[in-house]
Amino acid sequence: MLLETHNLTASYGQFRALFGVDIAVDTGECVAIIGANGAGKSTLMRSITGIIRNEPAMVLHWGEPIGARPSAEIMKRGIAMVPEGRRLFPSLSVEENLLIGGQARKGDGPWNLEAVYDLFPILRERRKNAGTALSGGQQQMVAIGRALMSNPELLLCDEISLGLAPVVIRDIYAALPKVRAGGTAIVVVEQDIGKALAVADRVYCMMEGRVTLVAKPADVTRQDIHAAYFGEAA
Amino acid sequence: MYKLTTRTRAGTATAILIVILVLAGLALPAVATRGIIQDLFFILTMLTLAQLWNLLAGYGGLVSVGQQAFVGIGAYAMFAGVILAGWNPVWAILLGGLAGLVLAVPTAFFAFRLQGAYFAIGTWVIAEVTRLLVAQWKTLGGGTGTSLPREATSNILGTDAIRALFGVREAAARDILAYWLALLLVVLVTGGIYWLLKSRLGLALSAVRDNSEAARSVGVDTGRLKWAVFLIAAAATGLTGALIFMQTARISPDAAFAVTDWTAYVIFIVVIGGIGTIEGPILGVIVFFILRSALADYGSWYLMTLGLIAIVVMLFAPKGLWGLISARSGLHLFPVRRRLTGPKIEGGF
Amino acid sequence: MIWVDTLVQGILLGGLYALFAAGLSLVFGIMRLVNLAHGDLIVFAAYLVLMGVTLLGLSPWVAALIAMPLMFALGWLLQIGVLNRVLGKDILPPLLVTFGLSVALQNGLLEAFSADSRRIPAGALEGASLDLGIVTVGVMPLLTFISAIIVIVALNALFYHTALGRAFRATSDDAVTAGLMGIEPKRVFAMATGIAMVVVTIAALYLGMRANFDPSIGPARLIYAFEAVIIGGLGSLWGTLAGGVIIGVAQTFGAAVNPEWQILAGHIAFLAVMLLKPRGLFPRAVD
Repeated sequence: MLLETHNLTASYGQFRALFGVDIAVDTGECVAIIGANGAGKSTLMRSITGIIRNEPAMVLHWGEPIGARPSAEIMKRGIAMVPEGRRLFPSLSVEENLLIGGQARKGDGPWNLEAVYDLFPILRERRKNAGTALSGGQQQMVAIGRALMSNPELLLCDEISLGLAPVVIRDIYAALPKVRAGGTAIVVVEQDIGKALAVADRVYCMMEGRVTLVAKPADVTRQDIHAAYFGEAA
Repeated sequence: MYKLTTRTRAGTATAILIVILVLAGLALPAVATRGIIQDLFFILTMLTLAQLWNLLAGYGGLVSVGQQAFVGIGAYAMFAGVILAGWNPVWAILLGGLAGLVLAVPTAFFAFRLQGAYFAIGTWVIAEVTRLLVAQWKTLGGGTGTSLPREATSNILGTDAIRALFGVREAAARDILAYWLALLLVVLVTGGIYWLLKSRLGLALSAVRDNSEAARSVGVDTGRLKWAVFLIAAAATGLTGALIFMQTARISPDAAFAVTDWTAYVIFIVVIGGIGTIEGPILGVIVFFILRSALADYGSWYLMTLGLIAIVVMLFAPKGLWGLISARSGLHLFPVRRRLTGPKIEGGF
Repeated sequence: MIWVDTLVQGILLGGLYALFAAGLSLVFGIMRLVNLAHGDLIVFAAYLVLMGVTLLGLSPWVAALIAMPLMFALGWLLQIGVLNRVLGKDILPPLLVTFGLSVALQNGLLEAFSADSRRIPAGALEGASLDLGIVTVGVMPLLTFISAIIVIVALNALFYHTALGRAFRATSDDAVTAGLMGIEPKRVFAMATGIAMVVVTIAALYLGMRANFDPSIGPARLIYAFEAVIIGGLGSLWGTLAGGVIIGVAQTFGAAVNPEWQILAGHIAFLAVMLLKPRGLFPRAVD
């Protein structure tokens, strides 16, 4: 398995954010993780990418325990992240933001500066601009392109539609199939259930730090998702 | 039935112990040699400076590297009072405190515009400027400095009585007087800081230290609080400087404004002992003095060791020796934390 | 005409201060680290160069060239072993650690080399001067100033046109996200401090060739350097040069009025800039 979490727990001081989460992603898959605000989705991403350190065996990459490894090492193993809020580097231009994504690791694959510019042509025009001078949608494109530059095995996308107009979200989601075609597995973390179900092979629903549902999009009903997303009472 | 209190059993025991120590300290010159009195004078004045820097940095979040400005200006004001105005040195010490206070106003006005590291460097530059300006003061010896005149040192208030009481020479009597004043000053400063921390001001200070945004949002005037802490520390540092140089009776800009003596060592004392506690500087000054005595024959090795120890403490015990002790034992000799006391509360949560 | 001469001498002196400050500016800009031992590290490097000259019989330039990798390694180790452990939101721990290092270095040098003042022999360059028509300038001050400009051009090129420089800027912006890019902030910081120590070696070479030095002069150089950095504004290397020049010019004009006012005038120029622009003249980054 490309990536697994086993009984993953995480806390912020006294506050427990994750209670034994198990997820798995295999090569070439697209997995969606949905859940309301505070369900623990972002904490899960932060744990996988080493921003939060865990017990080694809680996160496995091809069976190897990486739960306690630093972010930089996890990235070099081929797990790249598009962080929530995009987090472009304000001191770097658009092109430099892209270049820095492929600086520490250049895996095998189709992605390079030209390929990213072909994926998001608007970025080619704005390559010299400061990353932070772009619109929200364009910034999101830079963040995705930046993560692709290392040709990762797995791309983690944390809330890539948050705060964007529907037409922009459509453009951004249109890029994901091309990413898959390049051999990269994808995890999308979303609050937008519809978007998530449309692209995913498998969907995990989280609530209050636990996985409440695992299913193929075709097999679940609205009621199942509703119950897993908002709790049984709904 | 329930009340908030800072009282603890260790705190009460400390209070009793302190009264005994102070009384013993007052009587000590009857039996101690002049060397011991001089050592104790050194310890007490360094402790005073350490408590004051701790108030600034440990409680007020004002990391000053320029406290030598106030030591120096206090000392020079005392000399000016004696040499230019003919005051008795003891009264001229008060002038030192006033000078510290006066210098603190423009210093704060300037330095409070700066943040963090800029503040630290800004205070240092102001201390340098003060030193260079004072070195231009030709009547007080300019760059080479001067001594207290013979007639002033032989007539210090109270030395005659001390000579009669203990049957000592004039120079020794002056040391005893300086020692008593240092004892008084350290008790006043430590007691004052303790009182300050227990008062509403102390509560506001810890609020500012923990989260200055949040403190402001509940109505704490952080600006005024910083001013108050800075001015108090400056005035008391001025008094201490004046007292230190009354005892040596000789002054120069380089000695009075020495960043190493009056800021670096003071910071080491606070860090080694434990920053942000009243116990820390006390423990720190004891360690400092023991090191100084043990390594006295090795010259600069001693200072090198001191610097390295400060680094090691900061790396491995950032709360200092007292932090290690109180974490192990839960001991607080100067309790400032408010605790709820009363019958045990039953039930959940 | 005397004023033109004073101005030119001041600008050239500013080059020396900019050299003192360039390494500090780099480190301060990238990791907001206040290295209070910076001045003592310059003095340490000056002794290192001096040893190369006196013990190995090398020319000062070759000695400095050999000292550079040694100083780089020292900076790298210092950052990995000590400074990385105390970097954080609180500025107090790094301040105290570097203060400790400053006192330890000063006294270590005192023990090793005594308090006697020393000088790196510069041969024919010492006292040589160049007639530029309006003013006559010393070759050594001119060389210092040119070196300062070369250092700043080189650091800027590194900063803005290399992958390492990109990593510097990214880490300075957001260390956590830099980690997600496979960049290890701690190694980036170690590289930065190592490079700063190479610049320190260049500063030390000129410090030692131009005037006498002894173990105690570090803190004063630190203050000049910091003033230059702060006047220039956080993260701006050309600003640092401007800051150095402002202090240099203020000092030479102060000295022209009264030799005792030289240092004072430099500090007062700093205070004046701080009163008018508390973030410096050309701030790039937000503190």
